[in-house]
Amino acid sequence: MNMRSLLRTLERATLRDIALVCLADALVGASFGAISVSGGLPLWVPIALSVLVFAGGSQFAAVGVVLSGGGALAAVATGLVLNARLLPFGFTVADVLDGPWWWRRLVGAQLLTDETAAFALQQSEPRRRRAVYWLCGIALFVVWNVSVLLGALAGGLIGDTDALGLDAAFPAVLLALVLPSLADRRTRTAAVVGAVVAVAATPFVPSGLPVLLALVGLLFAGRPAVQGSGLQGAAGREATGGREAEDPGSEGNAESVENVEHAEKEAVR
Amino acid sequence: MMPLYAVLLLAAGTYAFRLAGPLLGGRLALSERLRHLLAVAAAVLLVALIATGALTQGHGFAGWARPAGVLVAGVLALRRAPFPAVVVAGAATTAVLRLCGVG
Repeated sequence: MNMRSLLRTLERATLRDIALVCLADALVGASFGAISVSGGLPLWVPIALSVLVFAGGSQFAAVGVVLSGGGALAAVATGLVLNARLLPFGFTVADVLDGPWWWRRLVGAQLLTDETAAFALQQSEPRRRRAVYWLCGIALFVVWNVSVLLGALAGGLIGDTDALGLDAAFPAVLLALVLPSLADRRTRTAAVVGAVVAVAATPFVPSGLPVLLALVGLLFAGRPAVQGSGLQGAAGREATGGREAEDPGSEGNAESVENVEHAEKEAVR
Repeated sequence: MMPLYAVLLLAAGTYAFRLAGPLLGGRLALSERLRHLLAVAAAVLLVALIATGALTQGHGFAGWARPAGVLVAGVLALRRAPFPAVVVAGAATTAVLRLCGVG
């Protein structure tokens, strides 16, 4: 699939959204580069992290640990714990990279981020899913690395990123991206429980771990198209609505359930 | 300090997390239950990242300015404001609050 057919596959609104995410991430990337260098790290560190790790949250976390006096291995561990979330993302968007081209899978995997996963999940049609994943991934990779480089070079110029409120930009970006997937009530309940656990745990456990502890929220995820028991089941039934009729045992059902889920999200939007 | 081996370790581990799904996803037929859980897990982790990113700094409270900015961004996002407006309004709220002396 070449660039032109990528562009033709996608709606104007989607292209605009991707451009806007790139713009927002450019700000975050520039502040990452600036924070790293003005904090005393050599220029190559933020650049190498951005090209090779390419995951903003873990880059901030790793640099944050090092700049606050933590060891290199602690920084690695923090970044890895944070990036473990990419594992379920990878399974969720695996169909996008499916195909006979093994090298596409190898290259495409590196483009997997919160943003590309979120964009791909918004599309239900396979061609569009693939197009939006690649376009968003490549655009973000270029924009992120260029902006980190520029930010690192600018170094002290952005001086006080907190005064500009840039630290609020990263959660704001993620929030705008994740909102549509919270239309499903069970997902929302699980997410809220997880967030409470993560925030409550933050003072007591090593950085990076709270986000993983949030997975406790999965206890409230309910079951797909199956009647559960107790409170969870009630919430699940309400959210599933008309999906009850589907045969929950069959393997090929996953796709149709997913489509129903997408349809539901569209309806809510 | 951040030596090269640390950068490479983080990069290799992160890539392994990324590649596992695309590599095994086709061969491993994930059950419907697991697919559902993984989809919810992704949302749960993102929201936890947002919450800890908005509310905490290190092991403590980030101060009121940042969560207030994220809250403004969230309200605008719910009202389907354009994406840059969401992010800029969030950052601007935080910046203005800090200018006014709110932590």
